[in-house]
Amino acid sequence: MSDDEGREDRGRNGHGPGRRTGAGLAGGESGSAPEFHELSARAIAAGVRSRTIAAADVAAHFLARIEKFNPSLNAFLHVNPRLTLAHARGVDAKVAAGHDPGPLAGVPVALKDNLCLRHMPATCASKILAGWMPPYDADAVARLVTAGAVPLGKTNLDEFAMGSSTENSAFGPTKNPWDPRLVPGGSSGGSAAAVAAGLATLAFGSDTGGSIRQPASLCGVHGMMGTYGRVSRRGLIAFGSSLDRIGPLARNVGDVALALEVMSGGDAGDATTVHRFGAEWAPELAGGRCTALDQDVRGLRVGVLRAADGVDAEVRGRCDDAVAAIRAAGATTVDVDLPAAEHAVAVYYLVAPSEASSNLARYDGVRFGYRSPLDDGRTQGSAPTASLDAMLAETRERGFGAEVKRRILLGTFALSAGYSEAFYEKALCVRRLIANDFARAFETCDVIVSPTSPFPAFAIGAKADDPLAMYLCDLFTIPASLAGLPATSSPVGATSSGLPVGLQIVAPALREDLVFRVAGELERTYGAAPLPEAYR
Amino acid sequence: MTPEDIRKIAGLARLRLRDDEVAKIAAQFTGILGHLERLRAVPTDGVTPLDHPLPLTDVLRDDEPRAGLLQGEALAAAPDAKDGQFRVPRVMAE
Repeated sequence: MSDDEGREDRGRNGHGPGRRTGAGLAGGESGSAPEFHELSARAIAAGVRSRTIAAADVAAHFLARIEKFNPSLNAFLHVNPRLTLAHARGVDAKVAAGHDPGPLAGVPVALKDNLCLRHMPATCASKILAGWMPPYDADAVARLVTAGAVPLGKTNLDEFAMGSSTENSAFGPTKNPWDPRLVPGGSSGGSAAAVAAGLATLAFGSDTGGSIRQPASLCGVHGMMGTYGRVSRRGLIAFGSSLDRIGPLARNVGDVALALEVMSGGDAGDATTVHRFGAEWAPELAGGRCTALDQDVRGLRVGVLRAADGVDAEVRGRCDDAVAAIRAAGATTVDVDLPAAEHAVAVYYLVAPSEASSNLARYDGVRFGYRSPLDDGRTQGSAPTASLDAMLAETRERGFGAEVKRRILLGTFALSAGYSEAFYEKALCVRRLIANDFARAFETCDVIVSPTSPFPAFAIGAKADDPLAMYLCDLFTIPASLAGLPATSSPVGATSSGLPVGLQIVAPALREDLVFRVAGELERTYGAAPLPEAYR
Repeated sequence: MTPEDIRKIAGLARLRLRDDEVAKIAAQFTGILGHLERLRAVPTDGVTPLDHPLPLTDVLRDDEPRAGLLQGEALAAAPDAKDGQFRVPRVMAE
């Protein structure tokens, strides 16, 4: 972790792990008042807006927790306490001057390190971008900051978001807060671990084939991607442009709904954003309340995905329990089948690497990022004696990790003359069949549920040498990615060994409100996601 | 997938690979492509390829000047720059 500056800043302020809290904001609990990391984003924002609590105190509390817990967890790659505290004091100053900082006033947020925020590095956990400072903020990040959010730092990921375990990071793996021997999932593993461990109230990730939902499931938190086009991709470092989506992670679903609403909106900087939304989930932003969460599920038709092979028995059991709870709350259930989805992993591993091989062509050692010094003996001397081609090939050899190289090669192959028809174009046709399957299924149901991940968190290293086994982690999450549909993972209890299990909820395009109705019902059943013992 | 195939693709992608990487990737590609080739059996006659999830066409913004990066900002992250330009190793052989 690069602690850029301001270590002394923190000392000077003298904020230890806070005992000062927003008493009464968590809803009338008896006993000791909750600490800041136990509060929801909405409770923090309400406290800051009413001057019950100071955003600077909240920020200092979280910075202290990061300093205490991050060395073992490795969820954050960069923090900049001076910048964080400056943001927080700015929020407090606005309140003091009688202005409303917005619905996320003073809420500490963590950003996956492929999201651009000025004055902080954005590395994508890759050596090829080490030290790069983006010259602008991502559209979604700018919206969060405008709404009063306080950025804490940048979180770890699989390099360029390619992976399902956060092991493919140039800066070391992130640990799962529930068991440090296990992966947190990926690729947004740093964001999921940060929220699960109470090191951030909200975290943001990107999801290309499951990279928000799968780590949310493995870490026991909520993780959501809205409909493709709801949130601008400008300032999200590109991986697979027809698939990439930015979304929130939190320990309760109301915070997820609020954050997604704040981030949403058309953007001239991303021609694929939707400027006019269909059905809204209608939160009252002033109060940060999502009305869909308050509706019950009576009359809702829940499609249950046909059981797939290879699903862990306990995962299956917890998901069956969750479906029973939804049914008990008044929903009807219907079995659904997505026949073409059995090919989703194959489609994804042609489409996403093809787009990646094009997007990652920009890393050439010329305009930004790492350039090979060409000093390893093969080429004597500095730039003037080396050739551009040699510099380019060597920069990419040294700058990219093994999985990124594998995907660039796979995509280059799938797009190459003589193969693109059999592979890339075929994949796009099957992608259409998968989207058609969803459309057909949604004639008989309002949402579709399934396990998010076929298994709970696995051991660090267990799948590191078997790329195909790693790819199959995303069996359930990839279909909604390919079809552009909104989807979330909601925690639905744990296995007998205490590992979290997540249920995925998928809705038709622009019907996030239906996702939230089901997720809200699950939260009434299971409560907000708990903190692991070690992080309370 | 032979090591020669991998080298050819790597050349197209401007990626240099060590010999041990080539052998490892060739072996992994055989397994991965075996999985991907199952797609060939899916009937797709008459199916329109889906290259994008939203049916959006001709999204245009107003043609108005907007602020962009200044030269200094654009060059700030360059590994090598001179006289307001990116500087690279020589492109053509002597």
